[in-house]
Amino acid sequence: MTTDGIHERLKAVFGDDVGPLSEAKMDAFALVKKERIVEVCRFLKTEPGLELEFLEDETAVDWPKRNVIEIVYHLLSYRHRHGIVLKVELDRAAPVITTVETVWKTANWFEREIYDLFGVDFTGHPDLRRLLLPDDWVGHPLRKDYQDAGGWHGISSFRENPLVELRRLDEVRRAEAAKLNPPPPPSPPPAAPPAAGPAVPPAKA
Amino acid sequence: MEKLILRRVGMDHPDSEEMILNFGPQHPSTHGVINFIVETDGEVLKKAVPDVGYLHRSIEKIGEGVAYPGFMPYTDRVDYVAAMFANEGYALAIERLLKIDAPPRAHWLRAISGELVRIASHLVSVGTMAMDIGAFTPMLHGIRERETINDLIEELCGARLTYNYHRIGGVAFDAPNGWRDRVLKFLDHFDAFLVEFDRLISFNEIYIRRLANVAVIPGALAIDYGLVGPNLRGSGVDWDLRRDLPYGPWALPEFREKVKWSVPVGTGFMGTPGDCYDRYYIRCLEMKESSRIARQALESLPEGEVMAKVPRKIKPEAGEALGRVESARGELAYYVVCDGTEKAYRLRARTGSFTAMGIIEDISPGLMVADLVALIASLDVVAPEIDR
Repeated sequence: MTTDGIHERLKAVFGDDVGPLSEAKMDAFALVKKERIVEVCRFLKTEPGLELEFLEDETAVDWPKRNVIEIVYHLLSYRHRHGIVLKVELDRAAPVITTVETVWKTANWFEREIYDLFGVDFTGHPDLRRLLLPDDWVGHPLRKDYQDAGGWHGISSFRENPLVELRRLDEVRRAEAAKLNPPPPPSPPPAAPPAAGPAVPPAKA
Repeated sequence: MEKLILRRVGMDHPDSEEMILNFGPQHPSTHGVINFIVETDGEVLKKAVPDVGYLHRSIEKIGEGVAYPGFMPYTDRVDYVAAMFANEGYALAIERLLKIDAPPRAHWLRAISGELVRIASHLVSVGTMAMDIGAFTPMLHGIRERETINDLIEELCGARLTYNYHRIGGVAFDAPNGWRDRVLKFLDHFDAFLVEFDRLISFNEIYIRRLANVAVIPGALAIDYGLVGPNLRGSGVDWDLRRDLPYGPWALPEFREKVKWSVPVGTGFMGTPGDCYDRYYIRCLEMKESSRIARQALESLPEGEVMAKVPRKIKPEAGEALGRVESARGELAYYVVCDGTEKAYRLRARTGSFTAMGIIEDISPGLMVADLVALIASLDVVAPEIDR
């Protein structure tokens, strides 16, 4: 079935809670009302003929200008080889959405990652902890306005350009070498070639 | 994590042998820097909870800060055991956004180099798996063959691990003179090696007993947990992106006509479908298929350019695309959102190891501690791919 076909089936059941399919520039997506997302997902997974049993990806995109965080669901069906992309828009100040962990178990880790990196709260999630970052990390790094605190427990997250340090060490080494072996005094100007005449006897040592 | 460590179960029992252990992060059989917090009662696991993130290098955030072509070397670091696929997925995603296609010779080279890297990656996987179980020799045999592949790939792109071979719109270098014959010669040798490897370890009685019927993942559960690639096929689900949702070379009619191959699926070779042995043996069978594909592709390698005409400044119009490839660890997908500038607005890598780690907590209860090692090895997780 094409993406349009899946979308029509969705529209028939959920009406205006499912938005129109985006222009098919690339992967067309449909906006879903956040209250209905679990129902929509369960319908897509179980409805005969659709059976999108594989949650390929669940991630988020931060849009500070529109003041929303989008949650993006990529669904795929192994049986029918078709798929659709769903999106939900959340308020950026207090992003809360119901978990789809009850529909696909794999959402557990995807949602933990989103919680960790975007700060989205998933109600009903069984184990909502930070996944990649330490538990006491401040902020959510994949948000566009994230400011790095500069370090964590005394471990700096910045590093000087290593070349600066290497050059400084080179200078030190050069200065030490100069101290040990002072450069030879400037050599005297070369003697003028002997003028024609009797050979000059070699100077005594 | 602290809460979890403190939640000691059944410590009031006088005879209880329950304890909570940290398995990792520096443990050699966790395949990278991963920690497992293991609740055991004697030798039997109550639960193993993965604690990941030690290798988090914020690759997705870096992707928002560099221009499109400049991100290619970073993709190598997403999965450094099979970096060719990480390259390819990214190139495909951007090519979809730009609506360009690589020339045929580039597609062929992508397929050939990809299959060679798949063999190399699977050799590491089956070799280290045997080593985790306690057989040291197969690992050395596997690594020895992988060295030859590294040499061949080095001739192709100059690197042995982080290839940076693909470009948006093609590949960086054409195959050097005589490369084709050297690869074909290696494949002749490799087919014989696979028979030897099977005799060495795959059909070893002790090895089979350690893996068969251990940590069974039924097909439905594998789909529910989003397992991909060999792990999914090991559970008996007949799905391969190269065949079922063809991309790049696999979508070319000429390629499909000249290269014939099949998808091995786990059927419970020595026990139940979806056990550790199935996930192991699927990789052995896939190496055979990869060798077959690489040979046929080399024999039909077309002449021509290896780079398409690509604008100097890569600036796709606003939109979003998913580029997926069948990597050695299953589906590797890049989800790229562009806002019409020279940098990605959002770049996301969906990897096979990430979802494979999610299933361990659910499968582990009741396993022996030694079986946990077999489970981790059979899922073939690679730490950088989990954490990115």
